[in-house]
Amino acid sequence: MRTLPHVDVVIVGGGWTGLLMAKELGSRTGLSIVVLERGAAHKSDEYESGMDELDYSIRFRMMQDLSLDTVTFRHSTKDRALPLRQHGSFLPGTGMGGAGEHWSGVFPRFLPDCFELYSRTVDKYGVARLPEDHAIQDWGVTYDELEPHYMRAEILLGVSGKAGNIRGKKIEGGNIFEGWRSAEYPTPPTKVPYFSELFREAADSLGYHSYPVPAATTSTLYTNPDGVTRPGCSYCGFCENFGCMIGAKSQPTNTLLPVIAKRKNVSIRSNATVRRIVHEASSKGGKSRGVIYVNAAGQEFFQPADLVFLSSWTLSNTRLLLLSRIGEPYNPATGQGTVGRNLTHQVMLNAATAFFEKPLNRFMGSGASGFMFNDLDGDLIDHEALPFLRGGAFVGRSARALPIGECDVLPKSVTATWGSEWKKAMLHYYDRTGRVNFIGEHFAYKGHYMDLDPTYKDSLGDPLLRLTLDWQENERKMAEFAALKATEVAQAMGAKEISTFTGLKSYDATRYQSSHIQGGAIMGATPEKSVVNTYLQHWQTPNLFVLGASSFPQNAAANPTPTILALTLRTAEAVLERYLKTPGPLA
Amino acid sequence: MRRRHFLTLSAAGLGGILTYTLDGRVLRRTAKDEPVRIPLRFFTEPEALIVSAVAARIFPSDDSGPGAREAGVAIYIDRQLAGPYGRDRFRYTHPPYEDGPPELGYQGKATPREIYREGLKILKDFHVLSPEKQDDALHQIERSYFFKLLRRNTIEGMFCDPVHGGNAGMIGWQLLGFPGPRMSNVDDIEKHYGESFRPKPASLREVSGGKVRLSEDE
Repeated sequence: MRTLPHVDVVIVGGGWTGLLMAKELGSRTGLSIVVLERGAAHKSDEYESGMDELDYSIRFRMMQDLSLDTVTFRHSTKDRALPLRQHGSFLPGTGMGGAGEHWSGVFPRFLPDCFELYSRTVDKYGVARLPEDHAIQDWGVTYDELEPHYMRAEILLGVSGKAGNIRGKKIEGGNIFEGWRSAEYPTPPTKVPYFSELFREAADSLGYHSYPVPAATTSTLYTNPDGVTRPGCSYCGFCENFGCMIGAKSQPTNTLLPVIAKRKNVSIRSNATVRRIVHEASSKGGKSRGVIYVNAAGQEFFQPADLVFLSSWTLSNTRLLLLSRIGEPYNPATGQGTVGRNLTHQVMLNAATAFFEKPLNRFMGSGASGFMFNDLDGDLIDHEALPFLRGGAFVGRSARALPIGECDVLPKSVTATWGSEWKKAMLHYYDRTGRVNFIGEHFAYKGHYMDLDPTYKDSLGDPLLRLTLDWQENERKMAEFAALKATEVAQAMGAKEISTFTGLKSYDATRYQSSHIQGGAIMGATPEKSVVNTYLQHWQTPNLFVLGASSFPQNAAANPTPTILALTLRTAEAVLERYLKTPGPLA
Repeated sequence: MRRRHFLTLSAAGLGGILTYTLDGRVLRRTAKDEPVRIPLRFFTEPEALIVSAVAARIFPSDDSGPGAREAGVAIYIDRQLAGPYGRDRFRYTHPPYEDGPPELGYQGKATPREIYREGLKILKDFHVLSPEKQDDALHQIERSYFFKLLRRNTIEGMFCDPVHGGNAGMIGWQLLGFPGPRMSNVDDIEKHYGESFRPKPASLREVSGGKVRLSEDE
């Protein structure tokens, strides 16, 4: 193993959080910074010639290469975990920009009370109302503290939308339930596909308060404070699972990389797979000394650094901590240890699939163009008489309309699965089908966690990460409720036939839900119940920061990237203003 | 090296002008042309005839329009199986292989190539059966993983970009009313509410003008 020249900062992972930290530190200091990305760099013209459903959305060109590394899965500690041998319920990215390249760009903030979930819920309903085996806790940071960072993230990406609450003033047409915002969205809402217009009219007729989905796919030409200019969306419909051919969808490579590329103090190495964080423990607390990585040729390097940022997505963050033996692994039997605890995956449903008489022209749209409403989210409805706590948002987007993936979505009245009758139904319904999605909160439970698999290994011989996860009563009842409400919306939209979601049974790793999988290195107010403090700084190893949704104590009901970026910006500010002057614990 | 196999398709039966893209070449045929002999990359000729006949029962040519035969689905599947997909290049294939609950997905060892090669043995002489007998034979296997794969690959071959060898002449897209990778809908997205808007389809090569990198050639 070769030891490379020492650098000030090493960043593990070149996705949203890693490149954002590289940009923030790299452009405001002269620190020497190395970013290590396991995947390849993207070619500049790759996305223009990449509007190919088969290779990108069916064969998953931009996703983690599972032949090298996957996870194992089991529903409970009583089961034997098996590897997820092909992609299914979530899609980890690989390559420069990570999952931030192939996301949809839906950009809502979390509701303010999500950050104080435990105390707010107990205050209102009493501790007895929480599920017996829950593991929810407050984040240790509040919405008010995060607001400026949310705003900065929105300005950086040029997010499109309409505010519903500017400094406490409610604005019709925006999300009147959102937390206060310091300013309007930087760009106006995106255009509205027909299906989403039907959704908006139906939602409002039922008394809900719909608003345009906040979109990191910007509606107009936009130049951000770093001088990075991106065009407005062309509504080509190739967003989710694709890189944007024109750069309207904000991605790490088109929003952050142009700034980083100008900085001589930042270097990026692709095809660099980090295997271990090197650290030493002492009575005064641990210290990370750098990382060990392997390049494409299989050569191993030690990259020494003073400061280590782990920013390799929820699953790899947790796995690298476990493989490096940093912190105590969580043990669900005793409740001891913290690394790996609080694994959650958002409750994401096609709550009602609606079949219409009129064509929808649904090839036109973007991953985030549409409307949504939060009337049944969080604690906005009284749960006294309901069989579950919390809730979620309902969304009418015109995303995911490509033919291979969608042509086989048919109403229940069609029983044939091949042959002439099936074909005829497919040709009729393909452009007459739309979905009312539900995105709901997922509580953390004591039995849901990540550890190292005892049997299965990756291509380098390291143990795979093992996930233990299943749906519980709260999510099942929430999903039933959501399916009914979504069906009412679909009826009000004039659907001729509706397939209502048939219920959450055991967790299905083959049904794509979302890539909003969270926990493992959670944040909190005390080291007993969390891995990092609210600055995402490791409690015992203060020169190690763990960025990303691995820090979420539980899953709120909105897409996680805005909160991930806000937390990263908060960490960057604390590092720049405090840590670099006096290295040590920030909390 | 294996003996070269070809699939011979009648141009007349293919319904007029169509586009095949094979080995990177574009062939245009009209109903008047000679039959097309297409070199196979994975299947033997008998296998290709069976796959072509099965795909034609899954997605038939009938009064609702052309089907899998005209779209070149068998050619598409041949190319996919010859490429990385066929050999499970991107699947986790470390042992031990054990059966698990269906929620954990396919846990088998067999690659798509192996599944096809084994499955096609059961369908020996399928292509010479009457359509009714063919449907009976498919009903016998329709719960098998092999049939699920055939069905899924037939859908792919109907509606993929023609650059992959299926969806010849973009007939699959025309059947659905899908225009392909259309660069901009900015002027149309808020028009046409409630009425169908069907721009003429264009393939990725036509639209991007650039060289398309195909997974099956990797």
